[in-house]
Order: sequence, then C-alpha cells, then structure tokens
Amino acid sequence: MINRSLSLKLLSAILIFGAWEISSRSGINYAFPTFFESMSALFDMIVSGLIFKAYAETLKPLVVGVLISTFLGVGIGVWVGLSEKFDWLVSPIFIIMQSAPLAALIPLIIMAYGIGLTSKTFVVCIMAMPVIVLNTSGAVKNTPSSLIEMSKSFLASEREVILKIIIPSASPVIFAGLRLGVSAGFIGAILAELKITPTGVGDIISYSRMTADYPSMYAAIFSIIVLAVIFLNVLERIEKYLFAGNNKGYIS
Amino acid sequence: MNSNQNAVSVKNVYKNYGDVEALRDMTLDFPKGQLTSLLGPSGCGKTTLLKIIAGLLPATKGEVYVNNQLVTTPGPDRAFVFQDFALMPWASVIRNVAFGLELRNVNKSEREDIARKYITQVGLSGFENSFPHELSGGMRQRVGLARALSVDSPVLLMDEPFSAVDEQTRRKFQEDLLDLVKNENKTFIFVTHSIEEAVYVSDQIAILLPRPSRVSEIIRPSGFRNKDADSIRKDSEYLDTVEGIWKSLRSYVE
Repeated sequence: MINRSLSLKLLSAILIFGAWEISSRSGINYAFPTFFESMSALFDMIVSGLIFKAYAETLKPLVVGVLISTFLGVGIGVWVGLSEKFDWLVSPIFIIMQSAPLAALIPLIIMAYGIGLTSKTFVVCIMAMPVIVLNTSGAVKNTPSSLIEMSKSFLASEREVILKIIIPSASPVIFAGLRLGVSAGFIGAILAELKITPTGVGDIISYSRMTADYPSMYAAIFSIIVLAVIFLNVLERIEKYLFAGNNKGYIS
Repeated sequence: MNSNQNAVSVKNVYKNYGDVEALRDMTLDFPKGQLTSLLGPSGCGKTTLLKIIAGLLPATKGEVYVNNQLVTTPGPDRAFVFQDFALMPWASVIRNVAFGLELRNVNKSEREDIARKYITQVGLSGFENSFPHELSGGMRQRVGLARALSVDSPVLLMDEPFSAVDEQTRRKFQEDLLDLVKNENKTFIFVTHSIEEAVYVSDQIAILLPRPSRVSEIIRPSGFRNKDADSIRKDSEYLDTVEGIWKSLRSYVE
C-alpha cells in the first residue's frame, strides 16, 4: 500500500512538472521558464549558498510569527470558546481580520513599526492568527457535552476538564486551523518581503524579476512551496504523535 | 425499612427547566446491594433523576442522600455509565478505563494494573491498546462499564447503558449484569425504557409517569430472581410482571 501511494504521489508530481515543461516549451510567454531551467537555477542557488542566506532572513519573521500565532491564537481561541463574554468581545475582531484585505494595512503597519523584523512578524501574525483563533474557539464550543459530563462525574476539576477533555477533543480542528494558519503565515512572510523591504526569498523574487532572470524567480517561488509543504507535513506528524486515536476521525 | 439499608435516598426532589416541571416531589429509596430500575415512557424524567443523583444536575428543591450523606456534586461514592459510552476517542482502551483513577491522581502503573483487571473482567483482554473507533458498540460499552467499575464506587449509576447496542449483545449484557449484581457488593441504579429489561435485571422497579414526573408504583419481582439466566425469560411471574407493567403504561404512550 505504501509503495502504491508513493508511486501515485510520484506520478502526480511527474504529471504536473511535465505539464509545466510542455506548456513552457510551447512558448506561451517568454517570462515563463521551463521546469528544467528553473530547477537548474535552483541548483545554482543551492551551490552558491544564496538560497540558504535568503531563508535565514525569511524564516526569522516566519518562525517567530507562526510560533506567536500558534500559542497566542490557540490560547485566545480556547478562552473565546469557554467564555461567552470574551467571545462577544474578541470574536468580531478576528472575523474582520480574516475578511479584511491585509495588503491595504501594510502601509499603516510600516508607519507604526518601521520596516524591520517587527513589521514583518506582525504581518505574519495577522495573516495566521484569525483562522487559528476562529477554528480553535469553534472546536472548543463543539466539545461533546457527554465527555464533559463524564469527566465531571469522575471528579475532574475545571482545569482537568479543559486540559484532558476540551483541548484533546478540539485538537483535530485546532490542527486544521494551524495548517491553514501556517499557510497564511507563509503568504504573510513573502508578502512582507515583497511589500515592506526586499529581503530573503522575497528579495530573490523581486530582484530576479527586475533583471528578467525568470528561472531564478520561479526557482525561489518553487522552493517556498516545497518548504511550506514540508512544514505542513511536520505539523501533521506532531498531531499524529500527540493524539494517536484521532487518526480515524470522530466517533465516541 | 430503616435508612441504613438504603444506599441512596431521594427526598422530595423537584426539578424545573424554566417553566417546565420535570420532576415534582420525587421521593424514592434505593436499597443497598440491589439493582433498582427507573422505568417509564420517554419524557418521564428518569435520566434527569439519575443525573441529579450523580450530582451532574442541581435539583431545584429537595435532597439526595448517598450512604446518609447529603450530596449535591459528583463524588467518589458514585460512578456513571453513559448511554452514548462517552469514551475519549483519542485515548486507548486502557487509558479510558483508568481515566477515573487518573483524575484521582493514582500513579500510572498502579492505575493501569487496576484497569487491566477490570478490562479482563468485562472480557476485553487483548484490546488494552486499541482505540474506541476500533471496537464495536457493545465492546465500547464494556469499556464504559470497566471504567465505572475501576473506581470501585459503592453506587453504580447506569443511564440506558444497553440502548445503543444490538439486541443479541444486549441480552448478553443483561445476563452479565445479573452476575455483576450478585458478585459485586454494589448498589445499581439503572435507567431503561424497556419493560422486559427492567423486569429481567431488577430487584426493584420504580415506574415513573410523565408530566410532571412522579413515582406511580414500585414493583419488587422476587419469585424468579434466583433462577438461572435462561429460565427467567420463560418464568410465568416474569411474563405476568411484564404484562402488568405494560397495561399500566400503555395509556401514557402516544
């Protein structure tokens, strides 16, 4: 079975990269390099170490922002889910944040926090946090009442109800929110580098676009997608490790 | 009967949900070491009464005594078996069974030893590390039962525990329950809507009538209690009791 799913994954990759290669060779646009040109540009960047230097820059606001969003977001989400008053107070903010076009806020953020790491981290946070908070609070509110009753009848304290029932029970949806939040965080990190000051991978993208070095530009975009996929896979591993029984969905 | 022989006493309990009167002036005694069924049509408040005894719901008025102690919250003297099993899907069978002890801060190796003993007793040995989704409905309820037994409370509260399992499993459960009542020195309070089930397993049956809920009758089937599991279902007193209860309840079933 593992071999079969692996071979299907490989087939899927070959199909997509093949389509990329063919459509580029058919000459749609001179600014659209072939798959192999892009990969050799990526290889050059790896050899020269340029890509690692770039990621050292890009990962700073990304990792810091994602970590802040995760802990703060899950914390606020649990609180919102537990307290109706806090829900009324805080939920509207995150619902508006989720629907607002963030790019429009970037000039304001620059005015407030300058063009350094703080602003970029802030952009990552406001991209990632709303979905984490909203998913977490929704999941906490939907904890099966029979599980809460069960824990109370076996003498759980309020704290134990939260830690041993509500959070584990909400974890699948919390992790779904984290996955969406992390993807949004990636968008935020690149957006910040394109919009605020060109550094890291955003710098490679905008510089190679200006110098018409399209293979490098696509190589940088490709690398960020690969990194995002790896990130999400790691997150999934963490979830499987923490909550083994959740693998098979929800039935009680 | 003096109060020392009653494990649980419910005295003049009222329960209102807003304007709706769910229980009115309910008074009922549950003798020690016996199984008492709360039987009645749906909406008669039997689960409400059970949850008030468990301390999961506050009574609007009135008192509940467990071993002559007034109780208003859940306590170590009562354990609950849930209709929908209420197992934690993220936890293995052994952690689910040991959960009551985990909340009582029993250390891990000790509580797992106790849990293993009860997992074997309910016939689930070999499934310690399975997860609830890997078990059938009947096996899940066995986990729920083992969890309630492992905290060793003198009173066991069972809320329609067999209503979500199939008919064959249900019969087996009823027979196992008779053994359990005989062998464990515990008091059982058993909510059911099945007349046959109530008559089959109970030492005492309290028939509740709805709107507002009240005890209409207490029946103590005695003649066939010592017969073996198979002959009870053919016993004439058993059949007459079932018939009699149905006659008094039928007018309340719409």
